[in-house]
Amino acid sequence: MSAPAEPRAKPGGSFSRFRAVFIKEAIQLRRDRLTFAMMVMIPLMQLLLFGYAINTDPKSLPTAVLQLDDSAFARSFIGAMHATDYFAIEKTVHSEKELDDLFLSGAIQFAVQIPVDFGKKIMRGEKPALLVIADATDPSASGNAIAALQQLPQTVFARDLEGAAAMREGQAPPFELRLHRRYNPAGETRFNIVPGLMGTILTLTMLLFTGLSVTREVERGTMETLLSLPIRPVEIMLGKISPYVVVGAVQMTIILTTSFLLFGVPIVGSLTLLLALTTLFIIANLAVGYTFSTIATSQLQAMQMSFFFFLPSMLLSGFMFPFRGMPVWAQYIGEILPLTHFLRVVRGIMLKGAGLWDLSHDVLALVAFVLVAMGVAVARFRQTLD
Amino acid sequence: MTAAALPADLPQTDPDVVIDVEGLTKKFGERTVVKDLTMQVRRGLIYGFLGPNGSGKTTTIRMLTGLLTPDSGRGTCLGYDILTQSTEIKRHVGYMTQKFSLYTDLSIRENLEFIGRVHGLSDPRGAASEAIARLGLENRASQLAGELSGGWKQRLALGACILPKPDLLLLDEPTAGVDPKARREFWDEIHHLAHDGMTVLVSTHYMDEAERCHEIAYIAYGELLTHGTVDEVVAQSGLATYTVTGRDLSALADQLSKTEGVDQVAPFGSALHISGRDKARLDAAIEALPETEGVEVTPSEPTLEDVFIELMSQSRDNFA
Repeated sequence: MSAPAEPRAKPGGSFSRFRAVFIKEAIQLRRDRLTFAMMVMIPLMQLLLFGYAINTDPKSLPTAVLQLDDSAFARSFIGAMHATDYFAIEKTVHSEKELDDLFLSGAIQFAVQIPVDFGKKIMRGEKPALLVIADATDPSASGNAIAALQQLPQTVFARDLEGAAAMREGQAPPFELRLHRRYNPAGETRFNIVPGLMGTILTLTMLLFTGLSVTREVERGTMETLLSLPIRPVEIMLGKISPYVVVGAVQMTIILTTSFLLFGVPIVGSLTLLLALTTLFIIANLAVGYTFSTIATSQLQAMQMSFFFFLPSMLLSGFMFPFRGMPVWAQYIGEILPLTHFLRVVRGIMLKGAGLWDLSHDVLALVAFVLVAMGVAVARFRQTLD
Repeated sequence: MTAAALPADLPQTDPDVVIDVEGLTKKFGERTVVKDLTMQVRRGLIYGFLGPNGSGKTTTIRMLTGLLTPDSGRGTCLGYDILTQSTEIKRHVGYMTQKFSLYTDLSIRENLEFIGRVHGLSDPRGAASEAIARLGLENRASQLAGELSGGWKQRLALGACILPKPDLLLLDEPTAGVDPKARREFWDEIHHLAHDGMTVLVSTHYMDEAERCHEIAYIAYGELLTHGTVDEVVAQSGLATYTVTGRDLSALADQLSKTEGVDQVAPFGSALHISGRDKARLDAAIEALPETEGVEVTPSEPTLEDVFIELMSQSRDNFA
């Protein structure tokens, strides 16, 4: 072979070949406008969103009071709780049954039960017991509040007790604070994390199953055949989602069995209800994924949308950080996400033994979510190639 | 010219008119892809839809099936309105896409059964078996569609189209990239289908395929330029043609193409086709040729290709 005369054919062209690929990639990247915008916007949006939203020290936790004594002591104890900023006294109830219902539905995180004759017994120096119940399903969410609560007995009645009953420094407090960590008495974080993981894992896998289903048809060219057949968008959607409901059910079984056998997470409530509502949650995620795939114009875009949905689901749903620690606007975002509701459902059933009625708010939210997502998907489905 | 050339005597409701569209226009952004297209196709015909790449053939076919919405114009396909009744049209039309668009990760049988089920056939398995036998695909029925060669893919695609026994077949360049033997067999099959009463609209840019059609229409730059039987189209062109034979014709070809009165010079093997719109001026140009040894000039019929290239160049003159 004769030596090539062209300079560009000279050996040592590795760099120029690298450059060729580099330039090609840069051109293709620049041409994909949406991807390009997402590369800039996603990190920025997420940084701002999560930076402002996440707070690992939740305050103003909803608290109910069962007040069977109306003494000055009772009132000043409640006032002192409020003053710690950790407790928001939202409800006053009249029976323990009411307290239980509020706990089961997740409406409150704490309850204070002030016994009959609390004030009188303090005056008599009988050291009455005051019961504080904490919903300990998420130990990290209530930890700081409990710590603040435990400081109270030492200081709370300094002004109320005078004269003979006045507390001296170092003296034992005039009443006993009994703390009851309900649902998770040992404060096992994995009891909270493992059911949550089931929701997170299902979110990710389900999104990816259907997230590509329509864009794949478009990219492979099979969409033209599909559109030329006498079939309606809703039939295509249901046909595409249904097989993955079965896949999701298999995953759910694996996760539940493992969490029971290896992590010892109890299932206090109804297993049937848990399975039914988890299936609803699986459908919700499949519907979101399918909706993304009707909106995205390429598989890459569908993937990006899925991750754009997945990250807030992880961070704003109450899975990684306490939901009640977030500012109100972030809680509203969280309320839109199906994982938020599912976490309440799965923790409610597995740890608290909640029933369908206790969870009705979250179940309705999941149903609404499924309907809206499917409605958008059917409306967005392009029936023509226009 | 397009509208005037059409037979105006066919009523809108004629049951023998399978495709009847008027003034179809489709724009993609600023580009008009199909412009004021009017055509009628009668039942049982094989109707050739010819034109160069990018002339609007695919867009027209997609508008007929309801896959694209025309910006203006109206019409019917099998008596159903193309604007409002695309679901009905899809039930009765078999559409074979230009690019293979069945599922490459399903087998031949699975693809056919899928189509059968979507069409709600009572026995999709039986229908698939029947189609497999008809197409001679028995030995390959369980092979993945993606592993088939071009010719077999095309056969499968046709099989999928005719599975629900449609009244109208729309075939978009079905034989592109297929070897001559497979093409011959494909056309035989199409003639069988037409004989059984199916109407076939087939787009192509192969001239030899045009000659196999009962009627043809020629579309270029989104406009339907001519239509009729092959003989009618050639006769309508008004083109005069000579065939020049001899040795070393390339110099002569260069010279001729610059000569007034000669509109086309096309080499065909060892011969040149020389055509002109105006026979008198073409004759004059031929007369003026210097006598060269071994070169013979004989009058001949224009081929369809001559006609179409002429139509295209005229159309470009008018609209480009």
